[in-house]
Amino acid sequence: MKCDNCFERINKEELTLNKLPVGKTAKVKTLLNTGISRRRLLDLGLIPNSIVKTERLSPSGNPIAYNIKGAVIALRKKESKNVIVTLLHEE
Amino acid sequence: MGLTGQSSGISLLNNKFNITKKSDEQIVIALAGNPNTGKSTLFNHLTGLNQHTGNWPGKTVCNAQGTFKYKDKDYLLVDLPGTYSILANSVEEEIARDFICFGNPDITIVITDSTCLERNLNLVLQITEITDNVVLCLNLMDEAKRKGIDIDIKKLEKSLGIPVIPTVARDGKGVNDLLFTIHNIVEGISKPTPYKMTYDDSIEALVKEIEDNLSGLLDESLNSRWITLRLIDGDKSILKSIKEILNSPSYEEREV
Repeated sequence: MKCDNCFERINKEELTLNKLPVGKTAKVKTLLNTGISRRRLLDLGLIPNSIVKTERLSPSGNPIAYNIKGAVIALRKKESKNVIVTLLHEE
Repeated sequence: MGLTGQSSGISLLNNKFNITKKSDEQIVIALAGNPNTGKSTLFNHLTGLNQHTGNWPGKTVCNAQGTFKYKDKDYLLVDLPGTYSILANSVEEEIARDFICFGNPDITIVITDSTCLERNLNLVLQITEITDNVVLCLNLMDEAKRKGIDIDIKKLEKSLGIPVIPTVARDGKGVNDLLFTIHNIVEGISKPTPYKMTYDDSIEALVKEIEDNLSGLLDESLNSRWITLRLIDGDKSILKSIKEILNSPSYEEREV
């Protein structure tokens, strides 16, 4: 029971996309930026409720590659920190 | 760029896009699509050229062109750089956008990756907002099949309002269907009627107001609704392109 609660807590955890660890999956909640940079993220497929997974880090840890709707796309921290995601518990 | 022939499509193709049309009858087809969906593969298949294909993004930065013949008609095929969007954020996107918007291709083929169709449809909708003559080519059908993905072509066709052709460009499967569809559109036998996006009332009211002001300023061949929407977006690069193409410095000042 305790453990379920624990997962429940993790499930609802919100973080910015740049903090999503490698191999973890999350659901996009909202985007913080506006204008062209927001448009860019939306065009790449980061639309609220879409699923995103951190694939791997570049040697310096920036940019980070994400799997967004079936394509691997690298984003810089500058961009990914504008994406608020909810961590998903993996099956 | 001189002033003469500015309004003619051919000179525009020549100057801005470095494309040489052999004759007026030649039909210009643009190949657009997300990166790595097989645009260049289809291009090579149709033209018999051997443009470099490779599995990395940004390979086609400048557009490549080739010709082919189908049912006694000459076609000029333009391979555009792969983009996720044509709301220009980068040079490639600007090239693709300017060509589709200002180069007036007779037909635009949007190539999509059937294994991740959803992310490709964004671009499809953006392109159908500019031009009606769009054919959707669902490429990589073999890979989709391997992944157990089944696409309801008829339903997709119905909701998008444009022809949808499944292909495997690598093996040339479906390419004949694609050519036949293009031929039908060129001959006026069929006419795509793409689904048109309607925005909020407030935006639509603004669009109407600006569009009325724009009419007469823009060339008829340009899509005033689309340009209006970009102006509302505050997209500066579109103003730059319009200015270059129409050679009219007054456009910049008309930003709303």
